[in-house]
Amino acid sequence: MKSRLLFCLLLGCLLLTSCANNNPGSTVKIGLIAELTGSIPSVGASCKNAAELAVKQINTSGGIELNGKKYKIDLILIDSAAKPDQAAAAAQRLITQDNVNLIIGPNCSSNALPASEIAEDAKVVLITPWSTNPKTTYNAKTSTPKKYVFRACFTDVFEGHVLAKFARENLKVTNAAILYDIASDVLKSQAELFKKSFTDRGGKIVAMETYTTSDKDFSAQFTKIKMKKPDIIFLPSYYTEVPLQVKQAHRLGIKVPFLGSDAWSTEELIKMCGRDVEGFFLCNHYSPNSTNPITHSFVTLYQQNYQQIPDDIAALTYDSFGLAVRALQDANSIERTAIRDSLAKISSFEGVTGNIQFNGQTGDPIKGAVILQIANGKFNWYADEQP
Amino acid sequence: MIYFCQQLLNALQLGSLYALIALGYTMVYGILTMINFAHGDFFMIGAFVCFLLVTFFQLPFVPILLLSMLGVSLLGVTVERIAYRPLRQAPRLSAIITALGVGIFLENLTLAISPYPKYVPEVLPNIIWNIYGVTFSLLQSLTIGLAIILMLILNYIVQNTSIGIAMRAVSWDKNIVPLMGVSVNRIISITFALGSALGGAAGVMYALAYPMIDPYMGVMVGWKAFIGAVIGGIGDIRGAMLGGIILGAVEIFSTSILPSSYRDFVSFSLLLLLLLVRPQGIFGRARSEKL
Repeated sequence: MKSRLLFCLLLGCLLLTSCANNNPGSTVKIGLIAELTGSIPSVGASCKNAAELAVKQINTSGGIELNGKKYKIDLILIDSAAKPDQAAAAAQRLITQDNVNLIIGPNCSSNALPASEIAEDAKVVLITPWSTNPKTTYNAKTSTPKKYVFRACFTDVFEGHVLAKFARENLKVTNAAILYDIASDVLKSQAELFKKSFTDRGGKIVAMETYTTSDKDFSAQFTKIKMKKPDIIFLPSYYTEVPLQVKQAHRLGIKVPFLGSDAWSTEELIKMCGRDVEGFFLCNHYSPNSTNPITHSFVTLYQQNYQQIPDDIAALTYDSFGLAVRALQDANSIERTAIRDSLAKISSFEGVTGNIQFNGQTGDPIKGAVILQIANGKFNWYADEQP
Repeated sequence: MIYFCQQLLNALQLGSLYALIALGYTMVYGILTMINFAHGDFFMIGAFVCFLLVTFFQLPFVPILLLSMLGVSLLGVTVERIAYRPLRQAPRLSAIITALGVGIFLENLTLAISPYPKYVPEVLPNIIWNIYGVTFSLLQSLTIGLAIILMLILNYIVQNTSIGIAMRAVSWDKNIVPLMGVSVNRIISITFALGSALGGAAGVMYALAYPMIDPYMGVMVGWKAFIGAVIGGIGDIRGAMLGGIILGAVEIFSTSILPSSYRDFVSFSLLLLLLLVRPQGIFGRARSEKL
């Protein structure tokens, strides 16, 4: 009985897959995993918007020409709900059921890590637009870089250096405090890397306080931080937590500026925090008011379509698609390993977030960062930091 | 010393919120000996009503507070009428499971309307006082003050009014009270209205203090307030107040010493320890003087 049931199921699967593949060759299937619901929905929304924009642009211009044949992009979008297990399941489904040629996403590192493991095992290229955690592209089992996992953004190590250098050299501060989420891999590593880089440059960390994801009350931690009298507070939190934190700090009479990471970089943050984040600095992947013509035309196009300024996630997602298209063109094939080989060899790609290059060894690109300042309710470009 | 006073003030603010919610648990338990596990979600609805009133009607603080309390107390009465009353004669386990079900229903209803976390804009002016280095804000004083005032009002109603006498009588013996010409159903409805209104008030103060709200916010806070009620002695008004504040203090002081990931571990261990030493809670006496 059991085996007959299994047989029927297998037959059903076969029929389904053969139906799905009835028109092979005319499309490139790109799977997109985004955090559409859950704790960081604006990340998923930006990612989806930019992806749809990129795909529309490619498809209306006729598609990608490979071996004299035009391929349209077939975008398969799956929600990860910002949950690691759902992200992994989404990657599995895209690879085995939808049979995609490559995957873009997920964005946040907690989701990108499990998804990248699955892509690596299945030998399918995965480009994460926004995951900055060093572990995403690193295979801990073999102690070598993952072969099939790439990212369009810089890593936390680089960001920690940039922020620490900026705090020491531009802001000229000596005593820093850190408040970070101990339960989040990426935020924890950002805090630790900042600490290392800041002390290496002669600064002093006077307080290192922690909280746990979904905490609402930070008064105990800020009271402690206040007693240590820091010159600046590094706060690598997500945008849904920053308003709670800065407001509580201000209610406790803390007047020193905060320093943010790329997790801050959405317009929502300024809308929610208002005057409470005025004048603060953060490190980001790009600045929408950059003078770079590629950036400028993307920002204009995005604004025409969605009536809002694209955040870094939108820009990086758009660049991920750019990288994918370039890799497809260079490979001249939609075969998964060929895509990987040509992607790893991209020596210069002019994207919305600046020049991106891969050295053939790791999936971490060599690219720069920007320092932004929040002023008059906007993120304003302040400085460029080159690798 | 300044540091200690500041942390104490932080503890009082958090504790007052727990206390307000704990009062709701304690009242319902006192009358029905039933744990209303949906109470944490009543609190969540209070926060969402506050969000709606602030965002769409731009009302000032006092009307927001009163309307939210009214809204949540109506919800409490309705839930009691629809979900709990038909089960009053059923085994207690059924009532508890129904309460859990109501809670899950309310969470998912909110989730279905809008799944995103909401930001509650500021309602109160951001006034901060500084006395001898100890900082406290208007919001903090209002939260603590409101909790104390509401508890005093509640205590007055229960001890000194005829409704209060009826409540205590129902708590004592549900079968005799109707013989005295008092409607048990009416008294229970009033109890739910009062308890839920306090949950609504807590929801508003919470949404103003921690302005990111989501449909699941009531789950953890509700459990903690429940712990507060049990620590103080469930069924006792002063106990709920004290228990809530003790819990707030434990959380704040444990976070100021240990990493914050230990916080819930510490507070739940406290509950276990206390239940070992004094199973009826601080003010609770084994089966007597409820409410």
